[in-house]
Amino acid sequence: MTRLNGHRRALATDLDAAFPTFVHASQDGLYGGLLRLTRDPQLAADAAQDTYIRAYRALSDYQPERIRTLEVAGWLWTIALNVVRNEARRTRRKPVLLLDQLPETTADTPGPEDHALERASLVQVAAALDHLSETGRQSVVLRHVVGLSYREIAEATGRPINTIKSDVRRGLRSLAEHMGDSHD
Amino acid sequence: MTDLTELLADLARPAPATVAPAVLVETGVADVFATFDGPSGSLTVAANPRGVSAVAPTTHEFAAEFADRFQRPAYPTDRLPGRLHGRVERALDSGRIGTLPIDLRTQTDFQRAVLSAVASIPPGEVRPYGWVARQVGKPRAVRAVGSAVGQNPIPVLVPCHRVVRSDGHVGAYRFGPTMKHQLLQAEGVDWAVLDEHADRRQSLLGSATTHIVCFPTCSHARRISERHQRWFANPHQASEAGFRPCRRCEPFDQ
Repeated sequence: MTRLNGHRRALATDLDAAFPTFVHASQDGLYGGLLRLTRDPQLAADAAQDTYIRAYRALSDYQPERIRTLEVAGWLWTIALNVVRNEARRTRRKPVLLLDQLPETTADTPGPEDHALERASLVQVAAALDHLSETGRQSVVLRHVVGLSYREIAEATGRPINTIKSDVRRGLRSLAEHMGDSHD
Repeated sequence: MTDLTELLADLARPAPATVAPAVLVETGVADVFATFDGPSGSLTVAANPRGVSAVAPTTHEFAAEFADRFQRPAYPTDRLPGRLHGRVERALDSGRIGTLPIDLRTQTDFQRAVLSAVASIPPGEVRPYGWVARQVGKPRAVRAVGSAVGQNPIPVLVPCHRVVRSDGHVGAYRFGPTMKHQLLQAEGVDWAVLDEHADRRQSLLGSATTHIVCFPTCSHARRISERHQRWFANPHQASEAGFRPCRRCEPFDQ
């Protein structure tokens, strides 16, 4: 996600020409994070679309100088988190667990046993994420599922960088505990 | 802890294939294509916010060929966005591109100049490659003009079917000679008669009363009564006989 700043110059020069490339380069990170935050593939896809449409409209209004200095990943996620918040407020839907959304295979698992283990662990960690507080889950997802830097998360959430760091630290500890529990 | 962060990274999933098209179409950034009734059957026309970007005779494989040629995707739609759909319909009906916006960003300056000269050929008339070369100020670049015309991304709307061989024969077309014949026929050009004249080395038509010589399909030439018609094989022959070139169709420099 950090590499998204590489798109700034092109977006500032010719938005219409550069935007499709930008969408293709950023959509997996955006969707992957949204999927963990919304826990629903359809909601995540809708939120990703909404985010890009708002991003495009915002970029059309910005002066080129502003686009050239934009911290793109943090900025895009500011929009995405707003979209998710609005959606949650609108639907008040009880989130569902995404146990069946996990992969059938992962690329580098050597044997069927390891494979099953890996899959079981993924199911656990996905479930454990749901035990975190809203902000804790958000910070952990943005840091470790999406791969944003602490600075980018601070920008996206408007919260201090040190708070994010301790959120993530506490979140990971809590995840580890939950996963340890389920092994007992 | 390392295991845990690796597991978290493995939770990421690629975006479904529907996200990018939905966004690009909604923002109007992507090329979309729709089907039109053209003069020689159905036509697929693609467009984006810059204007019309591509035309092809069928929908079959259109998206794949478009992506291959322009290195960006195009998505099917029922109607081109906004007023563009109606403007394309009117351009197809009238045979004139007028002020219809077109996207020639992948073309070189030379190719753009060639296409703009081609677009100025009125419906119902044809011009040889050499005429196009003179229009773009490169009278000797006939071969380069031929290849620029052959790569016209917006055929029919930019009427490269109205460009013929310098000896007057109707010649080849990217989508085959039959489609060229149909397009010319639809605008009232009798291509078979053109070929017959070319076979007899009759490429220019003059009037014995005005001593003005034209391309045979020029609207001025079509007013010449049969008994005043004088045919010439080339500009030299016409000049020798004391004829001057028509200022409308400019068959050669004076």
